[in-house]
Amino acid sequence: MEIADYLPVLIQVLLAAALAGAILMASHVFGQRARGNYIKDKAYECGLPMEGNPHPRFGVKFYVVAMLFILFDIEAVFLIPWALIYREFIASHIPILWPVMFFIGILVLGLAYEMKKKGLEWER
Amino acid sequence: MDIVEILLKILFAILVVVVIMTIAAYSVLAERKVASWIQGRVGPNRTALPGLSAIPVLGRFLVRMGMWQPLADGVKFLFKEDPLPGHVKKWYYCLAPVVALVPSLSTVAVLPFGAYWVNGVEYPLVLANVDIGILFILAISSLTVYGIVMAGWAANSKYPYFGSIRSSAQMISYELAMGMSVIPVFMWANGPATGFGDLTLFGVVAAQKDLWLGIWMPLPAFVFLVSLFAETNRLPFDMPESETELVGGFHTEYGSFKFGLFFVGEYAAMAIGSAVFVVLFLGGWNFLPTFGFLPDWVANPWATWGWFGSVVSVLFFIGKTLTFIFLFIWVRWTLPRFRYDQVMNLGWKYLVPLAVASIIIYAIVIALWDTAVTVDHIKPETFGPAPQ
Amino acid sequence: MPATTKEVDMQDVAARGADYGEELHGEEMTLNMGPSHPATHGVLRLRLKLDGDFITECDPVIGYLHRGDEKIAENMTYNQFVPYTDRLDYLAPLANNVCYAIAVEKLANLEVPPRCQTIRIICCELARISSHLLGLGVYGMDTGAMTTFLYTFTEREKLYSLFEELTGARFTTSYTRIGGVARDIPEGWLGRVSNFLNQFEPKIDELDNLLTRNKIFLDRTKDIAIISREDAIAYAFTGPNLRASGVDSDLRRDRPYCGYEDYDFEVPIGTVGDAYDRYLVRMEEVRQSVRIVRQAIDKMPEGPYFAEDAKKIHVPPKAKVLTSMEELIQNFMIVTEGPQMPAGEVYFEAENPKGILGFFIHSKGGGVPFRLKIRAPSFCSLSILPKIAKGLMMSDVPVVLGSFDFVMGECDR
Repeated sequence: MEIADYLPVLIQVLLAAALAGAILMASHVFGQRARGNYIKDKAYECGLPMEGNPHPRFGVKFYVVAMLFILFDIEAVFLIPWALIYREFIASHIPILWPVMFFIGILVLGLAYEMKKKGLEWER
Repeated sequence: MDIVEILLKILFAILVVVVIMTIAAYSVLAERKVASWIQGRVGPNRTALPGLSAIPVLGRFLVRMGMWQPLADGVKFLFKEDPLPGHVKKWYYCLAPVVALVPSLSTVAVLPFGAYWVNGVEYPLVLANVDIGILFILAISSLTVYGIVMAGWAANSKYPYFGSIRSSAQMISYELAMGMSVIPVFMWANGPATGFGDLTLFGVVAAQKDLWLGIWMPLPAFVFLVSLFAETNRLPFDMPESETELVGGFHTEYGSFKFGLFFVGEYAAMAIGSAVFVVLFLGGWNFLPTFGFLPDWVANPWATWGWFGSVVSVLFFIGKTLTFIFLFIWVRWTLPRFRYDQVMNLGWKYLVPLAVASIIIYAIVIALWDTAVTVDHIKPETFGPAPQ
Repeated sequence: MPATTKEVDMQDVAARGADYGEELHGEEMTLNMGPSHPATHGVLRLRLKLDGDFITECDPVIGYLHRGDEKIAENMTYNQFVPYTDRLDYLAPLANNVCYAIAVEKLANLEVPPRCQTIRIICCELARISSHLLGLGVYGMDTGAMTTFLYTFTEREKLYSLFEELTGARFTTSYTRIGGVARDIPEGWLGRVSNFLNQFEPKIDELDNLLTRNKIFLDRTKDIAIISREDAIAYAFTGPNLRASGVDSDLRRDRPYCGYEDYDFEVPIGTVGDAYDRYLVRMEEVRQSVRIVRQAIDKMPEGPYFAEDAKKIHVPPKAKVLTSMEELIQNFMIVTEGPQMPAGEVYFEAENPKGILGFFIHSKGGGVPFRLKIRAPSFCSLSILPKIAKGLMMSDVPVVLGSFDFVMGECDR
């Protein structure tokens, strides 16, 4: 497959970005003008002045989830090439089922361990 | 590639974007109309276009159906004040809606939405028939989360911050289940009948002539559908914008067309998600599955109709997609919303194991099927192109 | 933003491990929820201290709807205060009117005729249905099920049309007068109420189907904000919130007023005291109210709708004022000086939709109360928030608030 096949993708991305940009510009040009004021320039917090930092450090849970995602997603990506040649290998009598089952077994073990360690619990 | 071909492709791309934007705009209308029917209301029924609405019966009917409402909404967004509050991070604040819209419009480039037939051979109607198909869609559509995170961060306010943090964790969790649930599909689709080593969505549709995968792979289809709800932030998974606790979620500080872009982006993502589901599990533009004993023309009765057949196939595909958009709307106005930790639990403790289980089950079933049935009848020339 | 460092004592690992349960997982964040927030049902403000998604501290700030109703009462005659009672629990104004009227009647030692009592019972129970419908619908909306809200609102619209026919107003009814009601029920109204009830029962079953056994709804409400029996009593809970915690108490049955003793109804009691029980109790109360209204329609007695000996309290009919000298003088006296009440103190409380609404009136004689105190159930319900909100998730806050079914008009007065 040549790189030229991806040209429509590039066109599409540029088109989408141009469209979004054009809409924003149009909205800026045609939109009503109004003077800003003190209230408008304040963040929304139910009608009261904001207290404290709007971006506090957040619970480490979220980073755990992010890391788990990366781990499992990479394993899922490993499975895709396998899925593509799976039936071909079977047709050619090349053993492919059990080796990959072993791989998936490790994945499942990891997930089970994660659950046992309560890495996915959201309770405090 | 000469200049005419590029221009043609650009024209084609513009057409596709126009169709997608129209579907997105009218699914907003459908949302309002269906919601009001479900709730025993009338819904938008006032917006009229001068001239067109004066047509005796049809004009009245279109007004009643709210057919011009999306136009009025768009014009309203356009002429509203375009606020840029003082407390936001201005550059990212303006960039976020663009980032949220672009991925959903870009994924459509690799999505086949119909077919044409030359001498009985089927070719896809698609902007770019790249061989990484589904990977491209999964990768690009997950970029939407950057728009949401950016919006939440740039708004410099607590409610959007909450919405964006939640949304990022939710989207990556469900992406995992989604990515895993398509593996059985490609395992099956890259079979002796259709050739190997192919991730294109066209190959999946071609593999569904006999049996739509939704019928024989209900488990992956279910996992994919639930993940799709979560990925497009639809109820019961609309954590980033659950209005009863987070007010507007990540777009609390947005107004005018900046908010409109988020809105359109969400509906475009929903439309494209439905389309992907139709391609993967419901046979794409195929009319009916043949189940192995019906005559072959049942799959595509319009294969011999020339260019008109292609148009019909596209329309049929859009029809299937709209059915799924209706399903999205129906669910939204029926179910309550999950709590945040329940969403994460569902994703990690039910959907991911289910997806893994479905990979294992279908790997074994396909292996048994192939050794018992297919392999003995296979002829070497049906293998398709050999891997290079 | 200045960088902050946290000193970690590496030696004392065991002690840190022991403290881990109390340690914050992120940075503490103060968040205002309300007064202008969709989940707070009006203008309640919650100051939440959050650790990630979990609440470490919840501080309800009330008073955004304070109008000084109790002080206003001291500056107007007893009759003039009736419209102000509409604005207490503005979702059940009919019931408030009745409660206030009975309190003043108790002070004046008035006995109202049976027809008036039956009308009042219909009013109270229809108000209960209307208030609970809103409570249930909004509760559904708080958990994300928008459609239930519109279903219940449709039914409330029908009820409001009935109210309009009865009282002349849809929302702020001001229907009762001291010693009776403002006017007799219109021709055929009871039949229309009966029709409403007939079509209403399938609708409440529909709501039941949508929510009661919905898995997501159960997940959201079960075991959330459990209030024990002791806590409910200690925090002076009343009404459905108290009964959901398993306390068998209903003034309509325990201390009947308006002739509730003649009606046959059951008092639903919760077992756990969580948010789901509060929903179930309200659902069942709606059904019981339907039963009571049916009985009241059946036994509606004939006779005057106004106490005969209330002449010194209530403004006489306009036609008589224009033709008869005595009525004219009476009219003048009541309008200028107010109905003359004996001196004394009286407290009356009634089982309102939200709980027990009580009026304490201290009279020194004359047409104006010396002091009028209102006991508002919503105020008591909200007072437990700091205790139960701790440890809940932020997403639970709308559910908890929805399950209390409070009204700020009554809480702030």
